[in-house]
Amino acid sequence: MKRIAIQSDDFDVAGELAALEALGGGGVASFTGIVRGEGGLVALELEHYPAMTQAQVERIVEEALARWPLLGVSIIHRFGRLEPGARIVFVGAASRHRTAALESCAYLIDWLKSHAPFWKKEHFADGATQWVEARAEDEAKAKEWGEERGRE
Amino acid sequence: MAPLIIIYFAWVREGVGRDEEQVERPGPDTTVADLVASLAARGGGYAEALGDSARLRAALDQRFVPLDTAIGDAREVALFPPVTGG
Repeated sequence: MKRIAIQSDDFDVAGELAALEALGGGGVASFTGIVRGEGGLVALELEHYPAMTQAQVERIVEEALARWPLLGVSIIHRFGRLEPGARIVFVGAASRHRTAALESCAYLIDWLKSHAPFWKKEHFADGATQWVEARAEDEAKAKEWGEERGRE
Repeated sequence: MAPLIIIYFAWVREGVGRDEEQVERPGPDTTVADLVASLAARGGGYAEALGDSARLRAALDQRFVPLDTAIGDAREVALFPPVTGG
């Protein structure tokens, strides 16, 4: 199973997990990203590159499928205006054994952070706005997984 | 020959004041960095947003490329800051 959704709407984590659990594997791992309401933040605005996002996330998923024996992968990434506490992203992976599920889940979220064409803008209570800067440690984390090897 | 479509995202989009434009197609050996330099030379918001290419990333026809990549026969160039999804 391969499910990729780029959407403005919220999603149902329980339903996503149930679909992965129904694949007959021995384990499902998942990560849900949530908007943090720190420092007077009232909203995050997520912009993306519509013509590229779906294809780019598919490349990331194909890479995970080439590296680990997975029964299913689900990725949901939201765009638009999201308030503190809102879900931003879901990554789920099902496999026969826990190592593949846990490792691929960590891999997928690390790669989404540094390889999916999304940009976050912070809106604060005093009306100020600021584009989130890419963090060198996120890029370093993605690099730790090594070069892409599953395609081309 | 078809014009080249340039699209901008995030603070690059805000800086240049538009999300998309078409320009006369440069020679195929022109790199993304060359294009960025010629756009920055327009001054104003372009100079501010595109003046420091170390802060920019690019895609050619929806694939990430280093800025020293030749534009070749690509239809669409996207210019944007490093991504911050996830």
